[in-house]
Amino acid sequence: MNNSLLLPLILLPLFGALLPPLFHRFGRTASAWAAAVVVAAALLLLLSLLSPVFGGQTLLYHADWLPAYGLNLSLRLDGLSMLFALLILGIGLLVILYARYYLSERDPMGRFYGFLLLFMAAMLGVVLSENLLLMLVFWEMTSLSSFLLIGYWKYRADARQGARLALTITGAGGLSLLAGILLLGQISGSYELSVVLDSADIIQAHPLYPVTLVLILLGAFTKSAQFPFHFWLPHAMAAPTPVSAYLHSATMVKAGVFLLARLFPALAGTELWFYLVASTGMITLLLGAYHALFKHDLKGLLAYSTISHLGLITLLFGLGTPLGAVAGVFHIINHAIFKASLFMAAGIIDHESGTRDMHKLNGLWRYMPHTATLAMVAAASMAGVPLFNGFLSKEMFFAETLHQGWLGDWSWLLPLGATLAGVFAVAYSIRFIHDVFFNGEPIDLPRTPHEPPRYMKVPVEILVALCLLVGVVPAWTVAPLLATAASSTIGGELPRYSLAIWHGINTPLLMSLIAMLGGALMYALRHHLFALHARCFRPFDAKQVFERLLYKLILLARGLTEVLENGSLQRYLGLLIGSVVLVTGVALWDTPLSGPVPSAEVDAVTLVGALALAASALTTTIWHRHRLVALIQLSVVGLVVSVAFVRFAAPDLALTQLSVEMVTIILLMLVLYFLPQHTPAESSSLRKGRDLLLAGGAGASVALLAWGVLTRPYQTIGDYFMQQSLPGGGGHNVVNVILVDFRGFDTLGEVTVLGIAAIGILMLLRGLRLKMPAADGEGRPWASDRYPMILAVISRPLLPLALVVAIYLMLRGHNMPGGGFIAGLVTAIALILQYVASGIAWTRARMNINYIKLTATGVLLSTLTGLGSWLFGYPFLTSGFGHFHLPLVGEFELATAMLFDLGVYLAVIGSTLLVLANLGTLTLINREMAEEN
Amino acid sequence: MELLVSLLIGLMVACGVYLLLRARTFPVVMGLIMLSYAVNLFLFAMGRLGAELPALVGLQGQTSDPVPQALVLTAIVIGFAMTAFAVTLALRANSELDSDHVDGVADGDETGGGGQ
Repeated sequence: MNNSLLLPLILLPLFGALLPPLFHRFGRTASAWAAAVVVAAALLLLLSLLSPVFGGQTLLYHADWLPAYGLNLSLRLDGLSMLFALLILGIGLLVILYARYYLSERDPMGRFYGFLLLFMAAMLGVVLSENLLLMLVFWEMTSLSSFLLIGYWKYRADARQGARLALTITGAGGLSLLAGILLLGQISGSYELSVVLDSADIIQAHPLYPVTLVLILLGAFTKSAQFPFHFWLPHAMAAPTPVSAYLHSATMVKAGVFLLARLFPALAGTELWFYLVASTGMITLLLGAYHALFKHDLKGLLAYSTISHLGLITLLFGLGTPLGAVAGVFHIINHAIFKASLFMAAGIIDHESGTRDMHKLNGLWRYMPHTATLAMVAAASMAGVPLFNGFLSKEMFFAETLHQGWLGDWSWLLPLGATLAGVFAVAYSIRFIHDVFFNGEPIDLPRTPHEPPRYMKVPVEILVALCLLVGVVPAWTVAPLLATAASSTIGGELPRYSLAIWHGINTPLLMSLIAMLGGALMYALRHHLFALHARCFRPFDAKQVFERLLYKLILLARGLTEVLENGSLQRYLGLLIGSVVLVTGVALWDTPLSGPVPSAEVDAVTLVGALALAASALTTTIWHRHRLVALIQLSVVGLVVSVAFVRFAAPDLALTQLSVEMVTIILLMLVLYFLPQHTPAESSSLRKGRDLLLAGGAGASVALLAWGVLTRPYQTIGDYFMQQSLPGGGGHNVVNVILVDFRGFDTLGEVTVLGIAAIGILMLLRGLRLKMPAADGEGRPWASDRYPMILAVISRPLLPLALVVAIYLMLRGHNMPGGGFIAGLVTAIALILQYVASGIAWTRARMNINYIKLTATGVLLSTLTGLGSWLFGYPFLTSGFGHFHLPLVGEFELATAMLFDLGVYLAVIGSTLLVLANLGTLTLINREMAEEN
Repeated sequence: MELLVSLLIGLMVACGVYLLLRARTFPVVMGLIMLSYAVNLFLFAMGRLGAELPALVGLQGQTSDPVPQALVLTAIVIGFAMTAFAVTLALRANSELDSDHVDGVADGDETGGGGQ
C-alpha cells in the first residue's frame, strides 16, 4: 500500500521555505501570508488523512533510495505521527501569525519564515519517517535549522553562543543516535520501523541491547534537554520568542520524547530502560522545577519549566507501562498547548513593556487585562489546576507513579518526587502570574505597557481555549486523538483509562491537593527561599564551562596546527616523506623480501654503466652547492639512464630520454644564469642527519620494492598489444601504436597538459624583471664572445640535417623506434641550438614562428584526427590505415594515426620552444637594459 | 642484475629525496629531476629486464614489454613540462622575493634550524 499523499506533507514546507523570502519584496504581510498558505495547505492535506488514521490504519509510502544500505524514502502516518504532525502544523500556523506582529521592522521577515518552514519540514520528516536512517537525516536537519532559528538575531553574541551550544549538544546527540540506530538496524535486520517495532524480543535479548539503548537515549536526552544535557535549552531563549514558543513547546525538544514514544514498543519494558529513563526523567523533573522558581527572567522561568515538564514526560515513558505511555502522550499534547501559549504571552509582555525581568514587571493587570487573563488560564494549566488540561495528565502522572514495581521497598520515592515537583510547579506558576500581573506597580519599565495588536493575541486565545476545552470536556475533544496516538505508541491494545475530571477521592487527588497548597505556601515564603537559594547555590553556568572547554579546544587545535604548520616547506616535505616511508615500512613488514625468480648475470659493460650512474648521482648530491658542477653531474645521470634504456631493449625510451635530457639541461643552464651560482651552506648537521635518514629510508624502501617485484613471477597484458598492434593499429612499433592508437586518448591528454604547462610558464615569465648578473658566482666576468663563430657555423648546417632526421623518425615511428614525441624533441633541440649559437635576435629575424599557435595547432590536429573517426561511425580516435603504392617509392603504408602523431609532433615543438625561447628572451631584455644603463 | 638495478633506483631516490629536502629552489629542482629518473627507471623495470629485443612486431626472440615503455615515454615528456614549470616558478619567486629560499625567506633572516 503506497499512500502518495505523505510525501507532499514534507515537501510542501521544504520547498515552500523558498516562498517567504521571495515574497518579502511585497512586504512583511505578503511574506507571512506565503508562509501561512504553505502551512495551511499542508495542514489541510494532513486533515484529509485524518479519518483513515483514526480508523486505526497506518498509512505508508515507500520509494527506494539506497536500498543496498537500507536507506529508503519510506514514510509512515499512524496515530503518533498524526498527533505530532498536527501539533507541528497547527501550532506552526499560530506561530506564523504571532511572529508577524512580534518581529520588528528591522528583522528580515522573509528569512525568518524561510528558516521556520525549513525547520517545520525537518520536524515533519522526523515524525513521518518509516525508515530510521531517513528519520536520522531529518533529525540532523532539525538541529541545523534550529541553529539558524536560535541564532536568528545574529548580531547578538548571546544568540550566536546559544545557537552554537544547542547545535553542539544536539549534534553530538545526533551522532550518538546514528550509532544507536545502526546497531538497532543490525540487530533487528531492518531499518524500517514496522520491522523494528515487531522485534522487541530479539532486540531486548541481544547482548548489544544495553549499548544500543544508551546510544539512542543519548540522542533523545540531548534533544529533549534532559539532565545532564539540559543546559542548552535556557540559552536557546536568546531566540525570538515565536521561535521559543515553537521549538520549546511543540517541536524541537519534543523530538526527543517522540523518539522515546516511537521506539517504546521495541525498547521499553526492561529494567535497564526503567532505571535509565525514569531516573533521568525524575532528576530532570525536579531540577527543572526547582530552578524555574528562582529565575527572574520570564522566558528563563518558562525554559526551566519546559525542562521540568520534559522530564515528567520522560519519566512517564520510563515507567515502561502502557498506562504510563498513554499519560506521556497525553502530557505531550497538553504541554505543547499551554507552553506555547505561555511563551507567546511572555513574548507579548516583553514586546509591549520592553523587558522580561520579573524584578521590574509588576502590576501589569491594569495595563493588559486581556493578556493577563489568557496567561492566567495557561499558567493554571501548567500548575495542574482542575478544569484545565494540565490537571488531567498530571493526575494520570500521579496515579502512574503509584503503580510501578521496579523499586520494591523504595517505591514511595517516585510519588514523593512527583508531589515535590508538583509543589514547585504550582509555586512557579503562581509566581509567573502574581509577580507579573499583580504585586504592586511596575518599576522602571522601558516603555508603558499596553495590550498588543489584536491579531497577536489570536493565537494565544486559540491555545487557551484549547486548554479549557480539553480540561473541561476531554471526552468530546482530545479523547479520539489521544486514543489513536496512544495505541500506535504502545503498538497494541489500549489499557483501560478514564479521562474524567472527577475520579472520587483517591491518592492522586490528595497529591494534587498537597501540591496546590504546598505550592501556594512556597510562593508565600519565596523571599526566604530566594535568600536561602542565593546562599546555598553558587551560580553555576554550564554554558561558561562549555565555552571554556571550547576555548581550550581551539587553543589546543591552534597549538597543534602551529607545531605542524610552521610555514616551513622543508618541514612539510620532511613529514610527508617520513610518513610515506613509515607507511611503506609497516605495510611491507610481514612480506617476504625476495621472490622465487632467479636473477640474471651482470655483465661487465652494465656494471661499468651502473658505477658511472652511482658515481654521478652521488656527486650531484655531494656537490649540490656548486650548482653548475652538480648540474653537469646530473646530466651524466640522465645520459646513463638513456643508455640503460638501450641496454634493456627500449630504443624509444632511450631516444626520448636523450632528447629530453638535452632540453632539460639547456633549460636549467639558462635559469641558473639568473640564479645564485652557489647554495649557501646553511643546513645544520642535525638537519643534514635528519635528511640523510629520510633519504636513506625512502631509497631503501623503493629499492626493496623494486627488488621484491623483480624477483617475483610476472604476467603482462603486453602480449595482447603485441598481437593486436599490426591487425588493430597497422604498425610494427608496439610502443608507438599504444601511444597513438590504443591509448591515444591518454596521449592527447598528455600533449594538452604539455601545452597548458608551457602557457603557464609563459604567464609566469610575463612582466618578470631579472637582475642581470655581470659575473658568475666567483666574480669572473662572462665571456665577451657571446656567439662563438665555430659553434654558429657548425650549427647552421645542422638544422636541415636535424630536420631530415626528425622527419625520418616521425615517418618511421609507426613501425620502427621513433614517433611524434621524439621527432618533436629532436626538432626542438635543433632550433634551440640556433638560438644558443646565433642569438635570439638573429634566429627570430629568420624564423619568426608563433609557438603558441604552433602548440594549439598540434593539439587541435590531434583532436580533430580523433574526431574524424566519428565521421566514419567509429568511436573517438579509431585509426584507419591502408597500403598505397607510389612509383619510385614503392609500397608504403599510411595511417590516420600518423596525422595524430603529427599533431603530437607540432605540440611538442611548440611547447618546448615556447618555454625556452621565452626564457631566453629574458636575457635579451636584460641586456638591453644593461646597455642602456 | 635485478639487485643492481634495484640498488641503483634506490640510490637515485635517496639522492633525489635528499636534494628535495634542501632549502634552496635550485637543488630542489635538481632533486625533482633525479627523482623522475628513478621513477621512470622503476616503472620501466616493472616490465622486467630480461628482454633482448625492442617491442617490435615480427622479431624472433624475447621482446621487451611495450606497456611500461609507453607509460614511461609520456612520463618523460610530462616530467619535462613539470620541471620547466617548477624551475620557472623558482625564477619568478627569486625575482619577486629576492631570495631563492623555498619558504621565500629573504637572505639574512633565515633561521634554518633543524628543529624549527
